[in-house]
Amino acid sequence: MIKRFIIVLALAAIAVGMYPLAWGIEDAENLSQIATEYVTDGADDLGAANLVTSVVVTYRGLDTLGEVTVLFAATAGVTMLLAARKPKKPGTIAKGKKDSGEDHSRRTGSELLKTGAALLFPIIWMFGIYIFVHGHLTPGGGFQGGVVITSATLLLFFADSDRKMGHTILQIAEAFSGAAYVAVGLLGLWFAAGFLDPRFLPAGEFGQVFSAGAIPVIYSLIGIKVGAELTGIVDTMRRSAS
Amino acid sequence: MSITILVVIGILMLGGGIAALYIKDTVSAIIAAGAVSLLASIIYLLVGAPDVAMTEAAIGSALTTVVFLFAWSRIKDASSKKEKKETDADQNSGQEVGE
Repeated sequence: MIKRFIIVLALAAIAVGMYPLAWGIEDAENLSQIATEYVTDGADDLGAANLVTSVVVTYRGLDTLGEVTVLFAATAGVTMLLAARKPKKPGTIAKGKKDSGEDHSRRTGSELLKTGAALLFPIIWMFGIYIFVHGHLTPGGGFQGGVVITSATLLLFFADSDRKMGHTILQIAEAFSGAAYVAVGLLGLWFAAGFLDPRFLPAGEFGQVFSAGAIPVIYSLIGIKVGAELTGIVDTMRRSAS
Repeated sequence: MSITILVVIGILMLGGGIAALYIKDTVSAIIAAGAVSLLASIIYLLVGAPDVAMTEAAIGSALTTVVFLFAWSRIKDASSKKEKKETDADQNSGQEVGE
């Protein structure tokens, strides 16, 4: 009774506290100073048609590097925690595990799911690559493209739950793209204005795939890295769940 | 017109959130939580943030849901294993030291 009363009280307090936030809402008439700068000069400056990408990859490039690092740390943590349990499997409790594994043997995918996955996998995969290669032209970029690629792989896992996945190629792709991302950043430091500055490559023609300096290169590397890391996470979780 | 759609989607999201809290079946609750994310991504698209909408649709509604489902299946496996172990604990008591 008292607990419920406190919950209602807390909800009312939150509502009263948030009231000015909801009541005073109105469309912003003008942008803040730094946003105005990005909007007016961004396209001329970097030659990227998608302004969001030029902010994410260049103006706030260091933040994106930080995000990628956080994702890497998360992947390493998940893999470490879930893989640490594995050595027990062939050990003392191997028999018990095997028994219960047979009890919970998962259904394999239906014919529909298998055919659909085989048909859709390359298309979704290609769409993911399209998203990050065209990150400077159309909405989306490395993160979104990487997750789309992961979801394509996930579809394969759903269709065939026994599918084995080689982690070596994932690790190579992930390590290569991470190192290359930093290397591209350093190239900007050497040949342009600063770290992660994409203008050491020619700006090219506005709106073309090969334009906006190194932005497509950076976003493609991020896409490969995110795709490899998330695929690794999903595969680790899938194997530990079985 | 546009504001009406936003309000309708907002109410649906609210319903989905409440459903996720109160549904007894965990898998259905996870799906309801994923649906809230999907509706949020539609809102982002309508208010002109396609980049955020893509992220929300891909991570919020797809990947998070799948991670929750994996976690749930693992919890279920672990708890049923524990029950099984308790029933035949006298046969192989050495197992409990193992875990």
